[in-house]
Amino acid sequence: MFVMVLFYAFSAVLIAAALGVITTRNPVHSALCLVLAFFTSAGIWLLIEAEFLAIVLVLVYVGAVMVLFLFVVMMLDVGVEELRRGFTRYAWLGWLTAFVVILELVGVIAARRVGVDATRSPVPLPADYGNTHELGAVLYTKYVYAFELAAVLLLVAIVAAIALTMRKRPGLKVQDVSQQVAVRREDRVRLVKMDAEKRP
Amino acid sequence: MLQRILDFLALPVVETTIWILVVTVSVILSVAFSVLFERKIIGWMQLRKGPNRVGSLFGFWPGVFQAFADVLKLLIKEVVVPTRANKVLFGIAPIIALVPALATWAVVPLSPELVIADIDAGLLYVLALTSMGVYGVIIAGWAANSKYAFLGAMRSAAQIVAYEIAMGFALVGVVMAAGSLNLGEIVRGQAGGPLSWNVIWLFPLAVVYIISGVAETNRAPFDVAEGESEIVAGFHVEYSGIAFALFFLAEYANMLLISALTAVFFFGGWLSPFDGYLPADSWLARPGFPWLGIKISAFMFFYFWLRATFPRYRYDQIMRLGWKVLIPVTLVWIAAEGVMAHFKVGPWKVLSP
Repeated sequence: MFVMVLFYAFSAVLIAAALGVITTRNPVHSALCLVLAFFTSAGIWLLIEAEFLAIVLVLVYVGAVMVLFLFVVMMLDVGVEELRRGFTRYAWLGWLTAFVVILELVGVIAARRVGVDATRSPVPLPADYGNTHELGAVLYTKYVYAFELAAVLLLVAIVAAIALTMRKRPGLKVQDVSQQVAVRREDRVRLVKMDAEKRP
Repeated sequence: MLQRILDFLALPVVETTIWILVVTVSVILSVAFSVLFERKIIGWMQLRKGPNRVGSLFGFWPGVFQAFADVLKLLIKEVVVPTRANKVLFGIAPIIALVPALATWAVVPLSPELVIADIDAGLLYVLALTSMGVYGVIIAGWAANSKYAFLGAMRSAAQIVAYEIAMGFALVGVVMAAGSLNLGEIVRGQAGGPLSWNVIWLFPLAVVYIISGVAETNRAPFDVAEGESEIVAGFHVEYSGIAFALFFLAEYANMLLISALTAVFFFGGWLSPFDGYLPADSWLARPGFPWLGIKISAFMFFYFWLRATFPRYRYDQIMRLGWKVLIPVTLVWIAAEGVMAHFKVGPWKVLSP
């Protein structure tokens, strides 16, 4: 009962936040709505006892990705009006995507109706069960190649992103920290001994 | 009647609520005295007296109520909202900064029996919530419609993203050593005297964690987000009155939290330092909250000591330290830990099935 109330509350907030992402005029507000959407979906995941995924969603998306997103969105001066100009031209693409998503949702619900339930409904698990442990156990044994492959893919993406955006500008001044640390007093200061002079 | 009240208090919901109130109020009170502690210590280090006017306890400790006087002053001041500021976000920002700092205490084991939420993924919860704190800073900086505040917010965002990675990697080593994400288990895994505390075997990681903790809380020498001498007061330059007080509270609550977490992860949490050297029934060897309290106070002192000692880092130096020094150190030590665990060197519980 209480869980149902929580579920509907989270869902309402999630839908409102998701609508906020695409309807608010200010891009910073959109990004913040997206943060709220991630946070509430993490809450919904917690309700179905997927605590690892929920916390990782907050940790990765809210804690890191969206911070960078906000960082960029705040720095850029995004002209919303200019973006709206192409709205009708690309509207068919949006409608198509929405249609496919609705079709898929109907498919999932229909499959459950006819009894092909691929997703086991979450029965209350024993208190000492933690899906962090379970995920770790299969991730590093059964799915280790897929896991490593995904990791390598991410590494390639990181290297590619840096390689594509890094450019050497001529005349760029760079500090060599090891040189700075190695500096001694004798390199910089010269003490000159001289006799005192009489005040003119 | 009395029995009924006792029954009501023993309900899990009521009991948890009471503990939440107790912990929150203690954190806030500790913040009040930390501020005094800080000003006194920095005063002594600079050969001054520090605050010594407001109140005294039976003639001792003049100035002991300084923090309460400050709070009272801030409470009766006007909260000025800058023109063309985003009012909603401007108001929410201090709350967003404060809530994660208090909510994280839920999983911190305060004594062998007392932890409000003894969850298995406790360490992940800690990481997730501490990374939320940066939103308060960013939103405050943006919503205030001020260049200095915005600069502070940008600095803070980049800095926290950099140091969070080092912090996370440092904690990977702790998880490897304890074989659990539960904070209580991590403390129990360090039982057996100071030589089996994580700080001995994970010394580089402990150093990295402490440094990134200072950076995450925006404290000196990493306080470029405030940077009084460069950008006035950074992200909270436009805040006044009680809104400013909330930011202040959030910063100190975060410091207390990081101190407690450092104690839990690397210094044996509520374990006694005499554990294993004195007979187990002696009161000095008994684990309990007082040891955690002493450790938290020691790290708080360390924070204030840093502030009184070091000049502020330059911004590019902060970035260099985070990305090019701390992260490689953690990576190397995690590998070293794996090798040590494989050859059964050290007290590792995990990786040996």
